[in-house]
Amino acid sequence: MSAVLFFIAAIIAIAGAIGVVMLRNPFYSVLALVIHLIALAALFLLLRAEFVAAAQVVVYAGAVMVLYVFVVAYVGGEDEPLTRGAAALKILGPLFALAVAIELCIAMLGSALKGISGKGAPYVIGFGTPEHIGRLFLTKYLFAFELASLVLLVSAVGAVVLARRRRGLEDVDEREQKRFHPDRPGYTGTMSEAAGFRRAVPVAPSEAAGAGNGNGHAPEPEPEPVGDAQ
Amino acid sequence: MAIGWYLVVSALIFCIGAAGVTTRPNPLVILLCLELMLNAANLALVAFSRMWGGEDGQVFALIVMVVAACEVTVGLGLIVAIYRRRMALNVDELNELHG
Repeated sequence: MSAVLFFIAAIIAIAGAIGVVMLRNPFYSVLALVIHLIALAALFLLLRAEFVAAAQVVVYAGAVMVLYVFVVAYVGGEDEPLTRGAAALKILGPLFALAVAIELCIAMLGSALKGISGKGAPYVIGFGTPEHIGRLFLTKYLFAFELASLVLLVSAVGAVVLARRRRGLEDVDEREQKRFHPDRPGYTGTMSEAAGFRRAVPVAPSEAAGAGNGNGHAPEPEPEPVGDAQ
Repeated sequence: MAIGWYLVVSALIFCIGAAGVTTRPNPLVILLCLELMLNAANLALVAFSRMWGGEDGQVFALIVMVVAACEVTVGLGLIVAIYRRRMALNVDELNELHG
């Protein structure tokens, strides 16, 4: 029974991983990663790591992936080429990965190590429960635990500093005004309209239909800054 | 199942992630592939924890999750900052630093 479950979960996990790499749309890549993470949580359960499996589903597949989905929705998930421009990297990258995979498989399946060919240590009651993990965290690994909270705080502050809007100086404002290219049809709730750099002008239905079927870069009449409107 | 098979799955996932990091042009997908590699390491850690019958490997796996969450936060912040500057989300075109 556990062997069947293992193979099902392993195949789903590997298929999800291949989906992350091979799908053209980043949005679908994120969804494939969610499937991969849930299959991996099943593998953790088979290894009797209940708390890690629960954390995987709640923290990873829940919170972190929602963050990804938000950012993909913000920057726009469009279909894109799978590989980079350089021809050498296009061939050498997968080849390198394949070589490492084959080498690791040979090393692990071909080795006569008794440890990895057995089913592991005998199961004791309470292995992998939150009680045991929590005790380890607060005694043996207390320093790592405290350091992890500090790292989380630093990264949260860093993300806010990185992603905030830089405003405050007039010339910076004018530069930002020039940076907003009119590449989206007006009156569709763009950031530049919200910030007042473009006047929200309703477009005619025929123009809106024409803008919708293209690549999203419909020509727009002059962007009129609010300051010069009068 | 023998512990070795879990390690084989972990190695395959790691190599798929490495192939993605070296080939995909979009920084967002590169972050996703980094997640794949970290998760492969997590699977190996949990498998070794089962092998020895101690929970230390699971504690390491949880710490790896924390580090991965931090990396995602900062990486996505960088991507949003790049997008705000109206630069292309392509690692081949973001090459000012290496000259």
